[in-house]
Amino acid sequence: MAGYVIRRVLIMLLLLLLLSFTVFVLFSLLPADVARLTCGKICTPETIEANRIRLGLDKSVIEQYWIFLQGVVMGRTYGQGPGAIVCNAPCLGYSFTRQEPVLKLILERLPATLFLAMGAFVLFLIGGVALGVYSALRRGRWQDKTVMGISLVGYSLPSFFIGLVVVYFIIIRWQLLPFPSYVNPWVDPLQFVQTMILPWLVLAVLYAAFYTRLTRSQMLETLNDDYIRTARAKGLPERVVIRKHALRAGLTPIVTAAGLDFAGLLGGAIILETIFSLPGLGSLAVSAVLSPDLPILVGVTLVTASFVIVANLVVDLLYAVIDPRVRLA
Amino acid sequence: MSTAVEAPAEPTQEIKGRSLTQIAWGRLRRDKTFIAAAIVLVIIVLVAIFAPQICRLIGVDPYELDASAIDDSGGKPIGPWGGASLDHPLGVEWGTGRDILARLLYGLRISLLIATSATILVIILGTVFGIISGYARGFTDAAIGRFMDLILAFPFLLIVLALSGALTQRLTALGVPEGNASRITYLILVLGLFGWPYLARIVRGEVLSLREREFVESALSIGAGTPRILFREILPNLWAPILVYATLLLPTYIAVEAALSFLGVGILPPEPSFGAMLSESVQYFTLVPSYLFIPGTVLVIVVVAFNLAGDSVRDALDPKAAK
Repeated sequence: MAGYVIRRVLIMLLLLLLLSFTVFVLFSLLPADVARLTCGKICTPETIEANRIRLGLDKSVIEQYWIFLQGVVMGRTYGQGPGAIVCNAPCLGYSFTRQEPVLKLILERLPATLFLAMGAFVLFLIGGVALGVYSALRRGRWQDKTVMGISLVGYSLPSFFIGLVVVYFIIIRWQLLPFPSYVNPWVDPLQFVQTMILPWLVLAVLYAAFYTRLTRSQMLETLNDDYIRTARAKGLPERVVIRKHALRAGLTPIVTAAGLDFAGLLGGAIILETIFSLPGLGSLAVSAVLSPDLPILVGVTLVTASFVIVANLVVDLLYAVIDPRVRLA
Repeated sequence: MSTAVEAPAEPTQEIKGRSLTQIAWGRLRRDKTFIAAAIVLVIIVLVAIFAPQICRLIGVDPYELDASAIDDSGGKPIGPWGGASLDHPLGVEWGTGRDILARLLYGLRISLLIATSATILVIILGTVFGIISGYARGFTDAAIGRFMDLILAFPFLLIVLALSGALTQRLTALGVPEGNASRITYLILVLGLFGWPYLARIVRGEVLSLREREFVESALSIGAGTPRILFREILPNLWAPILVYATLLLPTYIAVEAALSFLGVGILPPEPSFGAMLSESVQYFTLVPSYLFIPGTVLVIVVVAFNLAGDSVRDALDPKAAK
């Protein structure tokens, strides 16, 4: 087990290196002249040239990547003398358009994304699994058909359409909620909930549909297994049979999908953050695309991708916990 | 499964072995949901293919500016429901007076073109890499596997957004006509290039078990080469999972294309697309809700119909399904 974990962590680090390099090469394709974007309106060719050297943009992609890696490990100083900008380790780059280290910008935006992801995750996982179990137990009856029908529609709804429809009816037409304006929960809990409730619900509906269908098919498979009959024959209450035997055995693919979905959400629900104007990673990324702000793009891409890679590992380790039949080696 | 023992009925017809295709087809023909979804899909595809002819028949045009249908000062459509009239059954666009119905039909055409092409690309790449990965094992398998992990770790939407400008220009430089032709090519390529690992994993899993089967062994024993085994012996056994995956992928791509156009990296006006129409609707939907609901509803119907059909196909091809 320990050997397995160490090996996987090493592979994970390797993958991160490879990924960051790919991101560097990919983004070097962008025609944006980052140096030109650093000094606003008073740009003389000399300042641009000086900034180019300060940012290390006069070097090749490989060299730039190497400097970036050094920055992550040891921190990095842009320029020399009194005007130098120090970016402490781990330095993910420095955004000259915003005059901030990229990591600081990302950390500022992380809470909104984190709250969005966690709230939606709890809602869609509980809702999806519960509906899936219910549907499986009522297999073929009208309840099952209704749940399956609704979940298929939910699964097919494009997020931006349902987001806009919700904004149109709830906020504009019926004015049930004020226009979304994000605050931290400890500043104004009520406004926080008022802002987050719609994006939470929209994400929950979109994702729960998938989990309902997945849970149902898993349950239908395990409910036919012999050990379920054994469990019933032992006289276990039906509740225990379903929860501890049938659902647990079918949980593995649900956990896989949930882990990856959560990681994906941590990367920012770009569309919903845009629609509900949440200051999360997704909207940071979109504004970085529009500016264009290369250091932020690289930073956000790397952080988001790391979430997915870490989630992959966590999910694989969880397998062994959930399903004792799995042996990691 | 019935538990009671029944006397075997008199065979009314000769008992024949049936192929998976025949079984699946038999099941699909009895599946009312599938029939309904299939009818809707056939209509949608026909409408998309014959959009120009249909538009001419109704007398609408997706590009024609109609100044008479909009207000001179603000460009607001004249009349309720976005200026719906006999000339323009679903109303006209704000500011230009272009016909919404015609734009919807042409948008459907482009959506289906992009989604179908991207799905085909995914099938080709996913199948080839999946077969190679599953059959080769060892280093090749591991290398392809890690490469897929890398692709899957990328925040797809973000990368597509960030690279759209640069890569579209590069496509133009490579000789793809400028404008929407380049943008459509870009969308197809990124959807395909980021989408194949999911299918490749499924195919790989199937191949891992298929390669141990007797028919592979017998092919090997009569001296068949690797390409022949891969593509003549193993591939024909893979079409069921591939077909199922494809039918469920296509609607996803229709929605993704709309989302990308919504975020501004998809199709450019005056060419119509679902996403662009919905994106434009944001400015006006408090005044003209139909801008939001008409393209949105059509999009949902198309995606639901594909998903329903895909679901039925999956059930029909599932040998374990008890029906």
